[in-house]
Amino acid sequence: METVVKRLGVWALVLLASIAAIALTPDAGFAIHMGIVALVAVILIVATLGTYDPVARAQSIFRMPPGPSRYDDDVIRWGVIATMFWGVVGLLVGVFIAAQLAFPQLNFEPYLNFGRVRPLHTSAVIFAFGGNALLATSFYVVQRTCRTTLALPGVARFVFWGYQLFIVLAATGYVLGISQGREYAEPEWYVDLWLTIVWLAYAAVFVGTILQRREPHIYVANWFYLAFILTIAMLHVVNNLALPVSLLGTKSYSVFAGVQDALTQWWYGHNAVGFFLTAGFLAMMYYFVPKQAGRPVYSYRLSIIHFWSLIFLYIWAGPHHLHYTALPDWAQTLGMVFSVMLWMPSWGGMINGLMTLNGAWDKVRTDPIIRMMVLALAFYGMSTFEGPMLSIKAVNSLSHYTDWTIGHVHSGALGWNGMITFACVYYLTPRLWNRERLYSLRMINWHFWLATLGIVFYAASMWVAGITQGLMWREYGADGYLVNSFVDTVAALHPMYVLRGVGGLMYLSGAIIMAWNTAMTIAGKERAEAPMGDVSTDTSADHPLLPTFAAEPAE
Amino acid sequence: MSLYTALRHFADSYALAVICVLYLVLCLWHFRPGAKPHVADAKNLIFKDENDDQ
Repeated sequence: METVVKRLGVWALVLLASIAAIALTPDAGFAIHMGIVALVAVILIVATLGTYDPVARAQSIFRMPPGPSRYDDDVIRWGVIATMFWGVVGLLVGVFIAAQLAFPQLNFEPYLNFGRVRPLHTSAVIFAFGGNALLATSFYVVQRTCRTTLALPGVARFVFWGYQLFIVLAATGYVLGISQGREYAEPEWYVDLWLTIVWLAYAAVFVGTILQRREPHIYVANWFYLAFILTIAMLHVVNNLALPVSLLGTKSYSVFAGVQDALTQWWYGHNAVGFFLTAGFLAMMYYFVPKQAGRPVYSYRLSIIHFWSLIFLYIWAGPHHLHYTALPDWAQTLGMVFSVMLWMPSWGGMINGLMTLNGAWDKVRTDPIIRMMVLALAFYGMSTFEGPMLSIKAVNSLSHYTDWTIGHVHSGALGWNGMITFACVYYLTPRLWNRERLYSLRMINWHFWLATLGIVFYAASMWVAGITQGLMWREYGADGYLVNSFVDTVAALHPMYVLRGVGGLMYLSGAIIMAWNTAMTIAGKERAEAPMGDVSTDTSADHPLLPTFAAEPAE
Repeated sequence: MSLYTALRHFADSYALAVICVLYLVLCLWHFRPGAKPHVADAKNLIFKDENDDQ
């Protein structure tokens, strides 16, 4: 009772503070954000009051298996559902902005113009979809490989809900026009502070679980997760060092200026790719691919070399985003050289993942989840080949600022991050909800082909668009004038933009099929369908043809 | 010599050497004599939860 009163007091204070902030701020966006915080405080007050039991209620809503499971899986179940939800939202917004680029009439001013909706898309797919997938899988993997339950279970729940609050504040902020204007780090100072708290809590849960492990070894997947968590903490704090104009307003200014600011931003931006979208997802790969294949990873030592090489090389590659800018030339070359060196460990890791299937390659035909993982690894290899190539200055002079970069990012994001996440969610759903199998394996097949074709449409159209754009921008006439105006290139690219939209739509439809499939699995249904890779045999027909004796009439 | 120059010379001499040695040690550590059973243990650790119940 006493703790309930204490909690109520804390939430009431939060509510009062946010109401005071709403009353005092001259900034409409800040008032709306404090309104969201106040709403959360009200929900928490209602949840704390009386006989209301939020855990039991959540268990019935999300159909969690009753009784204590061996591992602490509640947060993981919420994370899987949040991954699917934000995945569909983020892809839908992506299709919308692709349509905006092809058909500019779709820019609804001011809230839904491209400039505001684009960070909504990137943050929704990277931080909401990818982030929830990393949160859920990291808690799943660390418990199973350390053979212990989560340290600090209450903090783990705070991490999940705190991260969702961060997502909601960030997303509403973009639409309202609240942005720092730093790519992949758009949220303003107070949202950044909140994320710092949540992230440190996440690190505490993860490190705490590793510290109380019952297994002498720390499996390599945990190394990757740990690198991801710690590096993101460092990147986030340094890149968001900013001074707010007022404690009751949204606006802040970076403590860095000029080219230092640009370099800090791309040191952050590239390592967000390197440690959020690569290290974290490689952790998923190193656990779930061997588990699904039923074979240990091809070479454990190679995975360790892969790990240390990524750690030592990735952090230096950021300057390749600033080729031919005011950044000193040596720094640009340094970024390029380290990017090219990264090709080696990336391909080592890809080969390690693919060769895990050595001796079990038939599973690519019979197991659609393995097929998704193999495609993810293939795209990991392709985009980590394309990336170093684009970082070479001569190539970059053609590709920079063109759609080639967009194509590269999406072959990595849709092909590698998307596919490995889908495969992991398909792996996790029946296990987390104690189901015999997924609702439908054949629907995974549909998802696989829709997504693959979608990526092909997307990447191919962006290659053509990017090279067209780059060549048109640099084309000189005989008299030394540029031949094309900017709008000429836009007109030339229109068909490619439409094709890109088609690719995105296909990828989104695959994800919707998946959402249905996982929802039905959670509901406990099984689709009546012929099992995959099954050759039908009819034992009753399996006998020699015997001579038949026709009855002859008696004479 | 300014602080920048001093740090810069330190970074591309001693610091660089230390980082390279650290990298090589960390990579080669699992190739040391006697590491083989540990590596094999760690490699198969993820399958213990199914075959190693209490």
